[in-house]
Amino acid sequence: MNIAVPIKFVPDLVEEMEIDSSTGKLDRTFMRLVPNELDEHALEQALILKERHGGTVAVITLDTGDVDEALFTAVAKGADRAIKIAGEGYAEGVTSHACADLLAEALKDGSFDLILAGTQAVDDLDGSVGALLAAKLGIPYVGYATKVVEAGGKVVATKEYPGGLLAEIEVSTPAVIGIQAAEKPPRYVVTSLVMDAMKKAKIDEAEGAAAGLEGAAEITGMRPPEAGKGAEMIDGDANAVAEKLVGILKEKGVL
Amino acid sequence: MIQVESADQFLKQVSGSVAEGERIRLCIQCGSCSGVCPFGLWMEFPPQAIIASLRAGELKPLLDTDSIWLCVSCYACTNVCPAKIPLTPGLLSSVKAEKLMKSSVPTELQDALVNARKYGNTVGESPRKRADWTADFTVEVPILAKTKKPVDVLWYVGDYPSYHARVQQVTRATAKIFKALGVSFGILGPEEQSDGDVFHLAGERGLFELLASKNAKTFEKYEFKEIVTTDPHAYNTFKHEYPKLGYHFPVRHYAQFLHAHLNRLRSLMKNKLEARVAYHDPCGLGRANDNHIYQEPREIIEAIPGAELVEMGHNRTTSICCGGGGGGMWLDGFAWEKAGTRTSEWRILEAVAAGAQILAVACPYETPRFDDAVKSTNHAKDIVVKDIAELVADALQG
Repeated sequence: MNIAVPIKFVPDLVEEMEIDSSTGKLDRTFMRLVPNELDEHALEQALILKERHGGTVAVITLDTGDVDEALFTAVAKGADRAIKIAGEGYAEGVTSHACADLLAEALKDGSFDLILAGTQAVDDLDGSVGALLAAKLGIPYVGYATKVVEAGGKVVATKEYPGGLLAEIEVSTPAVIGIQAAEKPPRYVVTSLVMDAMKKAKIDEAEGAAAGLEGAAEITGMRPPEAGKGAEMIDGDANAVAEKLVGILKEKGVL
Repeated sequence: MIQVESADQFLKQVSGSVAEGERIRLCIQCGSCSGVCPFGLWMEFPPQAIIASLRAGELKPLLDTDSIWLCVSCYACTNVCPAKIPLTPGLLSSVKAEKLMKSSVPTELQDALVNARKYGNTVGESPRKRADWTADFTVEVPILAKTKKPVDVLWYVGDYPSYHARVQQVTRATAKIFKALGVSFGILGPEEQSDGDVFHLAGERGLFELLASKNAKTFEKYEFKEIVTTDPHAYNTFKHEYPKLGYHFPVRHYAQFLHAHLNRLRSLMKNKLEARVAYHDPCGLGRANDNHIYQEPREIIEAIPGAELVEMGHNRTTSICCGGGGGGMWLDGFAWEKAGTRTSEWRILEAVAAGAQILAVACPYETPRFDDAVKSTNHAKDIVVKDIAELVADALQG
């Protein structure tokens, strides 16, 4: 089975998010981009399927900047191919519709049996790229999957529903599966293998169309969440704070 | 590095991985290593059993268990080996390296490895915040990239001393001592990266080499006479491992540095401590690479007015690891699950039994680990944990 894994790059929350007062958008000066966590799970699930059933894994991403190291890391983990699509306006962020358009264009030749994508990305929590991509390619989509099993040319995806319900959904291939979690946490790959990949592997580069604005939400303002007024902050050294806390808990009848 | 496929191939790899590695052939199976190992009881394959298995041509059973991750790289086994086999840096780190090649590593440690590769620190913080501990601090701490002036001492602060709230108190105490002594010093701030010692011993040699090359490049940018480290691990790796990669820098641990200034410090330390103090020998200053820095920290403590040095049963070469070395700092959950015990707690019980009111330490892993152990052994009323730098700085004030 030949599997494609689209990877989206999102802001690394280890750096403080700041809003550029002149544009009202996120300040990207010190922003560090990292692969979306659920896409890392999608890659892990793809590698597990490859180990079980053979085939190939290709990772594909839009070049939003600083993507090479993560692509080489994917190769070091076991991906066979890394594809980077460059194009106008990608660095400023690409909407879900435009992202699905660009991925569909790159994947439309039908050489993939399965496309595993993270169900959603932490930056917009939109969760629509996988479904849009499937619609554009005219193939089935199952989202929120926590397991994917190959069975006689088809795949069975275990999908999570709210309330702890699980469904097993059989789909014919090619298909897009949105991954909520891989069967096991994404694997570690030693630095020497990443370095080897950087020396030996090649990233396939393609030119994509300019990113469109179709489906983009209009951002009218952006601000950090405001602290609520209900919380009481207790100051002082550990003993004083503990004493006050015990007093409050007693007063509330908890102790 | 290529993944090994046979016991024989693995033995050859161990032999070539470290100086005198071929001594593994001299093992007489006495079992001293497994007996002295703090976690030997809970390992399916303690050191002597690893060698026995390899000699029997059995590699797979050895790599199928994960108990190697109980090894805290404390050099206790290496220290007692009558055949002088470099067990810790050669054999044990090679087993860990094989486990890592198979991506078989507890997730707790995996996170620290990923953080170090991504951010240059194990705690997963922004590198830009590395010098944040200097903000609102009474002592001016020059950052070399800003001052661009030559200094006598390039102070390599380290990950925990830079980021961990408890260990930052030790860092500030060290800065106060430098100021009192009039030392010309500077730090690297955001340019500083993890020293890599624990990753080297945890089998992630590629990561160690990456960090070493980044640090060496930064060191070369500045003019200084010597590096002084807060962390014994950094001292150990700068002294013994960086030169193997071609990076030569004169280095001392801060305990050695303070010891060299002890006469000045004696005249400056006026505040009385009036307490019995036990000193915990960190592995990195003691057994590792036969560093044997045992006397200097003790003489610093004895120079503090009113301090009475007492010894724990295990001291100097027989000191028991705090549990943080070789990746152990990020394997607490794993070790607890496997062994149901903590060496840091043994140490607190020993210190209390020795009548100590203060457990003095000289390694940034130890303050938080022993602070926790004081609480979990219910000895908070009996003993406190202080870094030597804190004891000295407290004696200076007033």
